[in-house]
Amino acid sequence: MEGITLELVGLQLFTGLALGAVYVLLAVGLSLIFGMLTIVNFAHGAFFMVGAYAGYAIYQVLPNFWLCLVAVPLAVALLGMASERLLVRPLYGRGIDYPLLLTYGLAYVMVELVRIGFGKQGLPVDTPALLQGSSDILVGQFPTYRLFVIGVTVLVLGGLWLFIERTSFGLIVRAGARDPQIVRILGVDVGKVWLIVFGLGTGIAGLAGFLSAPMQGISPEMGGSVLTVAFVVTVVGGMGSLVGAIVAGILVGVVESLAVLFFPEAAKVSMFVIMAVVLLVRPQGLFGRAGLMS
Amino acid sequence: MNKHFTLACCTALLLSPLAQAQNGGPIRIGLPVPLTGPYGAEAKDQVRNAELAVAEFNEAGGLNGRKAELLVRDDKLNPGEAATRALELIEKEHVNFIVGGLSAATQLAVNNLTRQRKVLYISISQSDAINEAADFSRYTFHESLNPHMTTQAVGNFVFRKGMRIAFLTADYAYGQEMARGFRRVAADKGAIVVGEIKHPLGAADYSTFLPRLQAMKPDVLVFNNFGRDNQVSIKQAGDFGMKKTIKFVTPVLTYTARTSAGAQVYDGVVGGSAYYWSMADGTPSASAFNARYGKANGGALPSDYGSMAYSAVKSLLMAVKAAGSSDTEKVVDALAALRYDTYKGAQYYRACDHQSVQSVLVLQSVAVPARPADIFRVLATAPASEAALRSCAELGHGAAPAAVAAAK
Repeated sequence: MEGITLELVGLQLFTGLALGAVYVLLAVGLSLIFGMLTIVNFAHGAFFMVGAYAGYAIYQVLPNFWLCLVAVPLAVALLGMASERLLVRPLYGRGIDYPLLLTYGLAYVMVELVRIGFGKQGLPVDTPALLQGSSDILVGQFPTYRLFVIGVTVLVLGGLWLFIERTSFGLIVRAGARDPQIVRILGVDVGKVWLIVFGLGTGIAGLAGFLSAPMQGISPEMGGSVLTVAFVVTVVGGMGSLVGAIVAGILVGVVESLAVLFFPEAAKVSMFVIMAVVLLVRPQGLFGRAGLMS
Repeated sequence: MNKHFTLACCTALLLSPLAQAQNGGPIRIGLPVPLTGPYGAEAKDQVRNAELAVAEFNEAGGLNGRKAELLVRDDKLNPGEAATRALELIEKEHVNFIVGGLSAATQLAVNNLTRQRKVLYISISQSDAINEAADFSRYTFHESLNPHMTTQAVGNFVFRKGMRIAFLTADYAYGQEMARGFRRVAADKGAIVVGEIKHPLGAADYSTFLPRLQAMKPDVLVFNNFGRDNQVSIKQAGDFGMKKTIKFVTPVLTYTARTSAGAQVYDGVVGGSAYYWSMADGTPSASAFNARYGKANGGALPSDYGSMAYSAVKSLLMAVKAAGSSDTEKVVDALAALRYDTYKGAQYYRACDHQSVQSVLVLQSVAVPARPADIFRVLATAPASEAALRSCAELGHGAAPAAVAAAK
């Protein structure tokens, strides 16, 4: 392999890390919802897309990137909570395929509504002025905005960790993921917890969509390919495991990026190879608990 | 009773398109284009343009009073869907002709069907394969530029001896044909192709490919992709700071891609095109076309891919008039012999492969347009010439009987 220098490997590694950051945000939300509610949320990609469009729409009235950064996850979380309350909730206790089909259809509805509202053609999103251009990261030039995305991901994950590990609400979430029946017997309003968890998961997906917009523009279909990646990462990490989602997200991003150096054509397939190997060796995923799906 | 019977007869007559055609009813033109999907904006402009050409024909009295009408169908950018819609247009709607297709794959699917059914088809998007003997038929016409002539024009303008060229190529017919064309012109000019990275169609993130491309230290990076892929990959390469040292080139610089991605993303990018509205300076047919399109569309300017649909329908109806009939065989002969100037100067179909011989523009995107419409600058115009096309022999035309004879 001629022309592969240490700098190039370093730059590819960093590119993979930035790519992995978005994967992590997506998978964390998906895994959170599954671990807690045992709902396979097929609308997760659509919430990602809605986040990107919400950012675009809010920016029209409130042209400040930093305010949007806060407002978008909140707006998408509210939408997620409304979906949980009005659509998903009546299906609890009916088996895993009911909410799966519902969210699958919901994704179509959301995509069509966005097409009606914003057009079928994608829209461009400018990178905020402060984060434009590239920075020198010793191994070469790297887009400043992608560094920022890595930073935001670290902050969000830190916040999420504190929330789940250090608050009493987090304690209920953890207990609920273990055994919702016992938690309910103990007198906790599980419905309210599920509502908030669904909002949290979709809100983070919306944030990921908002962060992706300046990198790839926005289009109603942008959630489709991302949903596939989110599922692969969640399965590799273990359904319902947050640590798994983080490790697997970074793993998939970095492997995809490094694969370009050696087998560029196989780069996009690499994540499926990882998934196949993990499923063969450890069917519950890297950090998953066996028997959660049954 | 009698009145009812007459009414029923009239209704039956109206409902039967075949009866209409036999009685000198309207000339029906089918237009399958991808109204939904990533090329939707281009497709919609193609519909507006085709409608304009039909309206002009009808205002001028049609064919001795016989009017033309357009039947638009959505092929969803899917070859199977395109073939189904085309079949439906032929069998159920009894169209006389078909114009359309906005991808290499859908046009080949439609062409496959129309040549079996002996229906005249004019394709309006880029393809090299449709010129080749294997896909060609007497009923096949290609109004669009093809990848070979586009890359010849762009490569001849940009490439220099010793220049290092790298490719980022969408891994399907369009990207592969463009890359093949650029390799050929690079070899002719003495430029060096230092590497190629292929990406799947419709990729959302190109960042992983970019450090590798950067490490090849190219002078020119060619983006052999289209539509959204083109916008996103050019934007991300710019974000990686690659524009500072590398010239960005793309085979086809479209009006719609540039307006939807913005001036900053396309700043300085060079690419080919069949049409840009400013070519009206010095081309009377272009200024007349701009004016008519603007009048019908609230002052808007026609786009490159859209205007091809205008030219295809316009030239088809010119051939219908020349033939004095809507009979397919007569119109095929008339169209093959036609010299037309519909919107960009003189054009004609080459005898062996029915490829439209026409000029190719080399454009550059402008950083700060003086007016919103001034998004491109014309750097060069490659004149209409058969020399810019692959030879008939190379495409396999005319060689077939000789090969058969040799085999015997």
